[in-house]
Amino acid sequence: MFGYEFYIDPSRCIGCRSCLQACEECETHRGKSMINFDFIERRESITSAAYVCWHCDEPTCAQVCPADAIKKGDDGIVHSSLKPRCIACSNCVLACPFGIPKMMEPEQQMMKCDMCYDRTSVGKRPMCATVCPSQALAYIRPEEIARRKEKPTNIFYFGEQKITTKVFMMAPAERDAIALDVVDYMWEEKHELAVAIE
Amino acid sequence: MAKAPVSEEALKEQFGPHLNYVPPGGWKDESIHPAEKLVKTHCCFCGQQCGIQLKVRKNRIIGFEPWEDFPFNHGMLCPKGVKRYMQSGHPDRLLAPMMRRTDGFQPATWDECLDFTVGRIRDIQGKYGKDAFAVYGGASLSTEKSYLLGKFARVALGTRHIDYNGRLCMVSAGTAYKLAFGIDRSTIPWSEIPKAEVLFVIGANVGECAPITTDYIWQCRDNGGRLIVADPRMTPITRNADLYLPLRPGTDLALLLGMLHVILHDGLEDREFISRYTTGFEDVAADAKQWDPRRSAEMTGVPPEAIEKAARWIGKSKRAILMHARGLEHQSKGVENCSAIVNIALATGNIGREGSGPTMITGQGNGQGGREHGQKCDQLPGQRSLTDPAAREYVAGIWGIRPEELPQPGYSAQEIMNAIHSGEIRGLLSMCFNPLVSLPDANFTREALSKLEFLGVVDFFMSETAHHADVVLAGSLHEEEDGLGCSAEGRVIHWQKSIDPPGQARCDSDIIIDIAHRLGRGQYFPFKSPADILEELRVASRGGVADYYGITYERIDKEKGIFWPCPDLKHPGTPILFADKRFYTHDGKAHFNKTEWRPSGDPIDQEYPLYLTTGRVVSQYLSGTQTRRIGALVDQYPEPRAELHPRLAQQLNIKDGDWVTVTTRRDDVTVRAMVVKTIRPDTVFIPYHWAGIRSANRLTHRTLDPRSKIPEFKVSACRIKHATNPDTSPDDREAHHNDAPRGGA
Repeated sequence: MFGYEFYIDPSRCIGCRSCLQACEECETHRGKSMINFDFIERRESITSAAYVCWHCDEPTCAQVCPADAIKKGDDGIVHSSLKPRCIACSNCVLACPFGIPKMMEPEQQMMKCDMCYDRTSVGKRPMCATVCPSQALAYIRPEEIARRKEKPTNIFYFGEQKITTKVFMMAPAERDAIALDVVDYMWEEKHELAVAIE
Repeated sequence: MAKAPVSEEALKEQFGPHLNYVPPGGWKDESIHPAEKLVKTHCCFCGQQCGIQLKVRKNRIIGFEPWEDFPFNHGMLCPKGVKRYMQSGHPDRLLAPMMRRTDGFQPATWDECLDFTVGRIRDIQGKYGKDAFAVYGGASLSTEKSYLLGKFARVALGTRHIDYNGRLCMVSAGTAYKLAFGIDRSTIPWSEIPKAEVLFVIGANVGECAPITTDYIWQCRDNGGRLIVADPRMTPITRNADLYLPLRPGTDLALLLGMLHVILHDGLEDREFISRYTTGFEDVAADAKQWDPRRSAEMTGVPPEAIEKAARWIGKSKRAILMHARGLEHQSKGVENCSAIVNIALATGNIGREGSGPTMITGQGNGQGGREHGQKCDQLPGQRSLTDPAAREYVAGIWGIRPEELPQPGYSAQEIMNAIHSGEIRGLLSMCFNPLVSLPDANFTREALSKLEFLGVVDFFMSETAHHADVVLAGSLHEEEDGLGCSAEGRVIHWQKSIDPPGQARCDSDIIIDIAHRLGRGQYFPFKSPADILEELRVASRGGVADYYGITYERIDKEKGIFWPCPDLKHPGTPILFADKRFYTHDGKAHFNKTEWRPSGDPIDQEYPLYLTTGRVVSQYLSGTQTRRIGALVDQYPEPRAELHPRLAQQLNIKDGDWVTVTTRRDDVTVRAMVVKTIRPDTVFIPYHWAGIRSANRLTHRTLDPRSKIPEFKVSACRIKHATNPDTSPDDREAHHNDAPRGGA
């Protein structure tokens, strides 16, 4: 849908799994849910998180596919593997830094979130983001997300690999990218650097 | 009556619960064809009443589409709402009325079933008097059905005894709000929640029991609002609480009195509001003086500093909303608890204006509408009192009877079961109620059912209570009959009929009207459709507090709901109550109500040193009659578990997943342990949706709040230990607790 973006904010998730239940209603993969959901550690807390595919600008899953079965559309949507091409090798399952693709049995085909292509292409919002009661998954306009305290980013660092994505992740307002390095928070690092430059 | 005709295993084999995982015809068959129509209606699984569009094809519900234009939920749905449509076309659905025979329940004709029912009503009332026959209704019924059932009991049966399962929901809040404001409704619509500076949520597991409300709460935080959560468990919304108050079960009143103490001590009350618009402040203030934060902390287990902080945030804010649900209300001092919330709102002037007010989160599907028009034991349509001579005269006039023919108030839901047990009530007709699972002290309930001389049940699935019936009348689902609902906000909405009842099943209201005709009272029940019932309901409610006179299906469809009171067809409805600072009390003022501390009806001691508290999980609804049949929901939380803290678990050498036995003064129940740091170490939690050997309500007690008659589900005394030889079978059948001896006819 023009002018809408997908935002994920795990801090809003209440663990209800409405997204999982709604995903399997979708036309293209009926009865199968493509949502990734976890309680982080139920013994320790009620914290939970639900994810869809981030739809990378340069999808690792497609890059590692030996059968060239994973395609990204002009709209930035990374699709499930093409059934005639997929050899069910699970390269994509292993390579995706976000852990999104799923090898489906008995189809012997990798399937994944396609951001409800069947819905968004006809002006409907994706099923999960439409039903999500806490709007941890949200498909809304940028001006609507701007009302939140957190800031959207679509830049992720996995080691040396920088990934940019179609889907946004909500991050603390002072962060520009999702990367976690203690060094970023250390005073002496910046201090020493400043001293060295002087 | 008496025990089930055949074994529980045989009944389960025949009637379920079986798990349905797929739409009609499976995922890849009929349900992938385009729908013939999309029907705008509502979810049936809680008081939020989310808008949803049901996909209909060949008189079957084949799926759903979010209804994004509906102003409450904008398309949002919890997992119950997403899978709601799977109850329709379910293989367990009762397709014909059933008579109890010696070899089990057998399909019969409607004539046989209804004539038999009428014969038994006549026998019992002839032998023991009119009041020996009682009626149970339910808060998941449409408002029209609720109205009809109240009129049926009083006009067709002439019995005093009709009550409903809303008695197990929020009646203590309703009583407190009536005492304070003269009206039983949330004071604000949910659109006010994001405007609050402080949200105080007590005894309300919003994330699981009212999931859509979460989005409103998060919006409030986006706007800079602060969230305070008071609960013995860290429920999902606690993840973003700015202040968490982990109070001991049953000590809410002590917490609220401590908070009022701090507000008054610090001079944060709204003196002008109090003197102009309220009465009774001095008594309440004098009482609160006794509750300094130290005393409150000792009683509740919440640090005094946290109590002070919560009170000051509320007292210093311009707008505070105080939300509560069953945690506060399911106590033998439920009315006191809710009065204490109201007292804080009144003391700080947080009422009748935007972004502020006390707010009850009604839980059942039509929990609000179902309690407004006459299926409560003491009430007539329009929230009128059954003891008010003017109300009796008005309603009797509409009904075409003399006021003295109207029975006086009867027993509440639990009191009806008590009277069945004692032999005072001999016959029962129950619609939309599964007391064997939902009333406290289930063994007592089972004994009582065994003493009935006649039990008639109207339901769409064979509930566990129906196993004890003489006749089971196959009724209708939410989507099979037009009707009104009223959401927790007070928004009156339209449940659109989507399909016809399948097989020989009939609309609930047809069944009741037919029985009335066969009893020779047909002249009072000339209704041909729910629309006819609504026409009479509108007039019967007119001039009452819950005035529906201006509400029609057409208006609701056009305006996407109307907030009552709505006294005429031009009236826009009343989203925010008391905007003019006029209250529905006799003097037009809001009343402070003094609250008296008293211990729980089932106090802890050395033998039972822990608190047991019960509640819901997000994937199940009430007694599970519907949701325990939907596979995807069952998989999400397949059977009850006992939540306990690692510290308690370590003392007892219990590990996550171990079988544990929880024992109270009533019974013991064996379930798996769920060891989590999200519950107080002195408290055990078990959800109550299940029947049979793992039913939490075997453990709860029958102490009632003296005024509202709500049971104390949230506080029982218990102990817990490793189970010896646990029955690990996965089903929810009855086992070692067999039925009491057969009694009556």
